[in-house]
Amino acid sequence: MKHLLSVGDLDRSAIEQLLELATSFREVTRREIPKVPALRGKVVVSLFYEDSTRTRISFETAAKRLSCDVMGFSVASSSVTKGESLRDTVQTIEAMGIDAVVMRHSAAGAPHRVAGWIDASVVNAGDGCHEHPTQALLDLLTLRHRIGPGIDGARIAIVGDILHSRVARSGAHAFAALGADVTLVAPPTMLPSTVAGWPVTVSHDLDAVLGDLDVVYLLRIQRERQRETRFPSLREYTARYGLTVERAARLRPEALIMHPGPMNRGVEIAAEVAEGPASLITEQVENGVAMRMAVLYELLGAGGGHG
Amino acid sequence: MAPPTGSAGLNPDEPTLPAAAVPGGRSAFGAGPGGWVRRARLLDADALRRVHTRIAHEIVERNQGAEAVVLVGLYTRGVAVARRLAEAIGAFEGVRVPVGALDVAFYRDDIALRPVQPLGPTEVPVDVTGRVVVLVDDVLFTGRTVRAALDALTELGRPRAVQLAVLVDRGHRELPIRADFVGKNLPTHEDDDVRVRLTETDGADDGIELWSPAAVGEAGAEPGADSGRGKS
Repeated sequence: MKHLLSVGDLDRSAIEQLLELATSFREVTRREIPKVPALRGKVVVSLFYEDSTRTRISFETAAKRLSCDVMGFSVASSSVTKGESLRDTVQTIEAMGIDAVVMRHSAAGAPHRVAGWIDASVVNAGDGCHEHPTQALLDLLTLRHRIGPGIDGARIAIVGDILHSRVARSGAHAFAALGADVTLVAPPTMLPSTVAGWPVTVSHDLDAVLGDLDVVYLLRIQRERQRETRFPSLREYTARYGLTVERAARLRPEALIMHPGPMNRGVEIAAEVAEGPASLITEQVENGVAMRMAVLYELLGAGGGHG
Repeated sequence: MAPPTGSAGLNPDEPTLPAAAVPGGRSAFGAGPGGWVRRARLLDADALRRVHTRIAHEIVERNQGAEAVVLVGLYTRGVAVARRLAEAIGAFEGVRVPVGALDVAFYRDDIALRPVQPLGPTEVPVDVTGRVVVLVDDVLFTGRTVRAALDALTELGRPRAVQLAVLVDRGHRELPIRADFVGKNLPTHEDDDVRVRLTETDGADDGIELWSPAAVGEAGAEPGADSGRGKS
């Protein structure tokens, strides 16, 4: 594997191999000295054209725990503000001698373009409303360690602004690839027109599906998109699609709750629910480091690097 | 340091090298890429059981008891061997020796030269600091796996001493590493393949066999198939 650009690049066995690898790294991250020399001398650049704290720190932590050298690239203090093109920026960085670029960009498909321009490996850490493959993988890793190695037949609902969510797109395809039964729950204005081609069923009514679910996956309401998607108000959204305390009480007792963060407490999820025993939200963050270690190791180590 | 203790326990009547190829012998081990011939059955289930018993006794003797000992197996077969040794020590010494499993993939020196995948999560149930760690593996060859294991172990703590137990020492060391407890010293060619089968890991009867690439036109050569004969 040379790049990780989209969940669609991975078949079921590739996903399962990455999850297996991540299970070994989960053990590493729990050690007193959570670091292995596996990728000594490899250089990883994090190139974030969009704000991110958790994803960026998670990737940088993962790279450091593999003994990579990590270079951060902050768009605000770079030549990008002087008008340098994306192509010139990545080719300049590559000329310094790097092995991988972890990249977030507001334009869908930007990592695919970069992968065509440089020899280093490219990891998509979120491109516009398109994909966020490592989020989907860490969610699978989290589920695997809570409901067992197989998630075949697990009923998972992804709830919220599917249209603008790269988490939903990557997650729906990854969950379905491992045999889960995925339902997207959203108002019609928050669904993409292409949804008919996704391996999912669609519902507009959370209450109708709630009682059958094994997992409720809540998406962040992106307040900045409120006008764009024409949902009437946050209160209206919470009333129909929020996981309130009342709704959580109607879940099956063993049902689990996930959220990619950052949360809007009291909007898509009640604070009490987010902190309750069914919530996997903290585990998702913890597993993010192990999963990203697995991805970097797969790209730069296990597969033979550029050799 | 004491010399390897293994050869003392060998059964001198046992067929080791080389003599007749076993004709047509397609075994549970599978065939190598260029056609493989089985040169010898080295140890059968009974012989392996005695080897485990002897090594277990040697470990206890060397360490004047088993109280401070931790057995740490290297994935995959080393873990099974470590469990067997612990069971044997428990039976005759009445001490429950902790058993750990160590994965050395992330410490190997050939990452990115070939695909290196971890074989399982490292699990060592006790703090190794101040204890005697006996690393356990099935076959000692180049010594590179053991070199990686020493690094991996160091991350977990500072043992008082580290010893090495293996079922077979087949020579061809590339590093200054030597086993403390050896089931069988076996002269081999570098291209040979020592194939170990344990019920726990291979789902078949215990056995160790020596295979080597077939010479051109040699009877009994197996057709090519892909079987791992990874160095360790």
